[in-house]
Amino acid sequence: MDEFVYDSVYLSSRDLREGRVLFETWQPNAQYAWDAGVAISRYLQEFKAGKLIGRSCPECSRVLVPPRMFCESCFCPTDDWVTLEDTGTVLTFSRCTITWDLVQLEEPQMPAVIEIDGASPGMGIMHMLGEVDPEALAIGMRVRAVWKPADERTGSVTDIAYFKPLKE
Amino acid sequence: MIRDVAIVGAGWSGFRSITPELSHKELMYDAAVRAYEDAGVDPRRDIDTFVTVGEDYHEGISIFDEYVPDQLGAVQRPVQSIAGEGIQGLAAAVMQILTGRFDIAVVEGHSKASNILTLPYILAFAMDPVFNRPLGVHPYAIAGMEMLRYLAETATTPEECAAVVAKNRSNALFNPLAGHGASISIDDVLTAEPIAEPLSRLECAGHSDGSVVFVLAAGETARVLSDHPIWIRGVGWANDTFWLESRPWGDARYARAAGEMAFRTAGIKSPAKEIDFAEIDDTFAYKELQHLEALGFCSRGSAGEWTLEGGTALGGEFPVNPSGGALGEGHLLDATGLARVLEVVLQLRGQAGQRQIDAAEVGLAFGWRGVPTTAGAAVVLSN
Amino acid sequence: MIGDRVAVVGAGMTKFVRRAQETPKELAWEAAHLALRSCEMTIDDIDAIVIGTAPDAFDGVHMKSEYLSDGCGAWGKPVIRGYVGGGTGVFAAIQGWYHVASGLFDTVLVVCEEKMSSCRPHPQAAFLTIFDHTTERPLKPNLLWIFALEMNAYMNRYGLSKRDIATVSVKNKRNAADHPAAMLGDPDITVEDVLNSPVLAWPVQRLDVSPVTDGAVALVMSANHVARRVTDRPVWVEGVGWNLDTAYWTNRDLAYPVYVEEAARMAYDMAGISEPRKQIHIAEPYDPFDYKELHHLEGLMLFDRGEAPRAAADGVTQRDGDLPVCPSGGLLGVGNPIAAAGLMKVAEIFWQLRGEAGARQVPGNPKRGLAQAWGDLMQVGTVVVLGV
Repeated sequence: MDEFVYDSVYLSSRDLREGRVLFETWQPNAQYAWDAGVAISRYLQEFKAGKLIGRSCPECSRVLVPPRMFCESCFCPTDDWVTLEDTGTVLTFSRCTITWDLVQLEEPQMPAVIEIDGASPGMGIMHMLGEVDPEALAIGMRVRAVWKPADERTGSVTDIAYFKPLKE
Repeated sequence: MIRDVAIVGAGWSGFRSITPELSHKELMYDAAVRAYEDAGVDPRRDIDTFVTVGEDYHEGISIFDEYVPDQLGAVQRPVQSIAGEGIQGLAAAVMQILTGRFDIAVVEGHSKASNILTLPYILAFAMDPVFNRPLGVHPYAIAGMEMLRYLAETATTPEECAAVVAKNRSNALFNPLAGHGASISIDDVLTAEPIAEPLSRLECAGHSDGSVVFVLAAGETARVLSDHPIWIRGVGWANDTFWLESRPWGDARYARAAGEMAFRTAGIKSPAKEIDFAEIDDTFAYKELQHLEALGFCSRGSAGEWTLEGGTALGGEFPVNPSGGALGEGHLLDATGLARVLEVVLQLRGQAGQRQIDAAEVGLAFGWRGVPTTAGAAVVLSN
Repeated sequence: MIGDRVAVVGAGMTKFVRRAQETPKELAWEAAHLALRSCEMTIDDIDAIVIGTAPDAFDGVHMKSEYLSDGCGAWGKPVIRGYVGGGTGVFAAIQGWYHVASGLFDTVLVVCEEKMSSCRPHPQAAFLTIFDHTTERPLKPNLLWIFALEMNAYMNRYGLSKRDIATVSVKNKRNAADHPAAMLGDPDITVEDVLNSPVLAWPVQRLDVSPVTDGAVALVMSANHVARRVTDRPVWVEGVGWNLDTAYWTNRDLAYPVYVEEAARMAYDMAGISEPRKQIHIAEPYDPFDYKELHHLEGLMLFDRGEAPRAAADGVTQRDGDLPVCPSGGLLGVGNPIAAAGLMKVAEIFWQLRGEAGARQVPGNPKRGLAQAWGDLMQVGTVVVLGV
C-alpha cells in the first residue's frame, strides 16, 4: 500500500518563523449569548442563593443534577424541584499541571466529578477541588462546597469556589 | 425509489425572532414531543435511528451533536449529525431506511439564531481563508454580485424580484407559524436601503429561532402508524464549485442538479406538470426566481414575470412558498429546508388553514445552504 | 438492490504530519486522488461524495465541508458531511455504506480530512467549546481533564497501574514504525519512556497521548456489481453500528463505554457475529489515549471488563498475537488528524484483509476485522466490521 500514501509536505517551525512559506491569519469573531432556559436559569439563581437544586422524574424517580425539564431516560417532563446538599463524594479527579495551550502550571488544578448528596446515585457535576494536598486526593473522598461570599455571587457555577474535604 | 418511505409525524416549535424563555434543548424537546405524538411513537422504544442537522459555529459549540440526544429521546441510540442543509439531513434518514435495516427514523433541525451576536462574521468565516476572506467583504456581497449577474443574463427586473418579497411576506400573514408576515409593496422593497446593490435590505430574509422534527417510516410501517402518510417520492442534492472565482454567477446549477436527481428518483418526467406547488429557498428574493427556473418549473428568465403576474401567488396556477418562505417565516439557519418541507407536509395533509391550496397532491421542497455555498437539496412529496 | 452488499474497493491517504504545507483542500485531494488511483477509477466513476471532518475550529473555516468540497471531488455531485466528533472517521465509512446500500448510488468516494495545525496557538482551543456553555465552561476546563477523569475512574475500578496501560502506547508506536504515513513510529520506545514522560493531567502523561496532526484519508466504496468488476479482492462491509450516549457525562459511569458496547452489538448483529472473540481476527479500536484502546476493547466485548490490560501485557494484542490490535500503529503511532485517523483505521483493515499491509501484515490470513472510533463528549461509538 506504500504507493497509496501521498508524500505530503512537512513544515518545521523554522519554515514559518523565517517566512519560507506564506500563510494568512484570521481571528474569528464568534460571540454568543445562550438562552439558559427554564431548568438551568433556576439552577443558577439558586447558586446565587447558596443552594444546589435538582429535578425529579415522575417515572424513574431519579433526582437529576444538573436539573433538566425532561428526563432523557423516560422522555417525559420532570415534575419537581428538589433541594440538594452542598456535600458529595468524589467519583473521579485529576491533577492537571498544564493549561490548555500547554503552559506549565505552578500549582496543579484539581478538577473532579462530584456525586451530589440528595441526588440519585451517579449524579455528578464537574467542579474543582481545593484546600487539599493534591497527593492526598482519592476517589470516594467526601467533600463540601466552599461558597463565595453572598455579595460576590453572580448566578454562575463559579459561585462555588471549589469543594474541600469534609471532616465527618 | 426502491422502498416506500413516508413522513408520519411532524413537530415544530419556536418560529419567532427570539425565544428567550427556552434553551435550545427545551426548544427541540417541544418540537420532538409534538412529532412523536403526531406519529404515535415512543422514541425510547420505536425509533431506530436519529439524524440531527446543524453547524458548530451556529451553535457556539464544538461538536454540537454532543448536546442533541437527550431532548430527542435518543440516548444510547444510533444518532448522527449532518453538518449541512436540513433536506440533506432528511436525505440521510431516507437513505438509512432504504437500506432495509431501519424502519423508523427521525430527522431534526433547529435554529437559535437569536443567540448568535456576530452572525455576519460567522458567515464571513465560511469563505476561503486564503483567497476571499482577506478582502474583508461582507458575505452578502456574494448575493449582490450573483443577483446582478442573474438580472443581466435573464433580463429579469428588480421589480420582479421585489414582487417575491411582497408575495411571500403577504402569504406569511395567513401562517400562524410565520413571524415575519407583512403587507409590503414592491415600491417599499425597491426603496429600502441597499445591502449590496442591487440587493435591498427587504430582499434578505431575517432570522428566526425554531426547531422542526419529522418522523419517517418505511412503507409498511407508515401505513400502520398513519392514516395519512406523506410519501417521500424522491430526493436529490448536489454542489456546484465552492470557488467564487469559477462559479456560474447567473445560474443556480446546483439547484438544477439536485432537482434532476429528485425527479429521477421520483420517476417524474415533467416537474411543471406533475407537481402542484413548491416551497423553494428564498433566502434572498432573487433566489426564489433563480431556483424556480433551475428546477424546471418555468423557462430561464421567465420566473420574474410569472411572479409579477401572480402565477406563483397563493391562488395562482403554481403557488410558491405558500408558507411565506424564509422571507415570511424567518431563516432558520440549517433547519430552513426542513421548514420548507414542513409546509409541504401541512399542505398535502390539508392542514394549512387559511392558506390551504386546493387539490394539493404533489409538492416539492428545495433548500439552499446560503452564501457562500453552492449546495442545494430537493425532496418531492405526495399524498 | 435492497440488502445488496457494499464493498471497499480502494483506499489512499496522505502522510500524517505535524504541520502540512498543503491547504485542507489540497490534503483532501491528495488522499482522494490516491484512493481513486488504487482502484483504477476516475472521478467520473463516482456517483456521490461523503465528507467526514471534525470541528470547523481546527481548519478555521465555518461550514468546512463546503470549502473542502472541491478538493474531495464533489463539484457537480451529491455531497453530504456527516459528523459525530471523534467518531466521524469510522462513521464516514458507515455513511458511505448507507449511500450505496440505499440503492441510490453505485460508487461513492469517502474523504476525511483534518488540518489541526491551522488552529493557533494550539488546536486544543477547538476543544474549549465542547463543554456545556453554561454549567461547565465558566470553570475553564481543558480537554485533558475529561480524559484524566475517565482514565482515573477506569484505573480505580479495576485496580490498574500506569504500567499496565503504558504497554499500549509502546505497542502502537512500535507498530507505527512500519507504517509509511506514520508520524510517531519508534521501534525502540519502552514502557519506562512512557512512565517517565512529563505528567500533563495526572494520570495522563505526554506519551499516553496521541499527537496533533494534519492529514487526510479516502476510501472508494461500491455496490456488489461494481465491486466485482473493478477488483478481484473486494473487502465487504459486513456490519455497521453507532450509538450516542447522554450529554450529561458527569452522570455516566466513566469506567465502562456502554455506547461502544451498543454500537458493537448493532454491528455484530448485522454481521451475524455471536462470538466476537472468535469471529473477529484483527481490530483497530480508537486509541487517542493508551487507556482508550483497552477501554474500547472491553466495550467491543473482545475482552471482559477490566481484563484487556492483562491480555495486552501477555502479548495477545501484539501484531503476532492471538488478536492483533492496532497493527497500523493507531493514533498513538501514525498520528491523530481526528476524522482522518478514524478512516485510517478502516483503511488499515482493508489493507490487512487484502494482504497488502507490507511490513505491518499480520500473520494467518485474517478474514474479518473491525475498526472503531469514539468521540463527542466521551459519548459516541462507531463500529465497522469488514470481511473477505
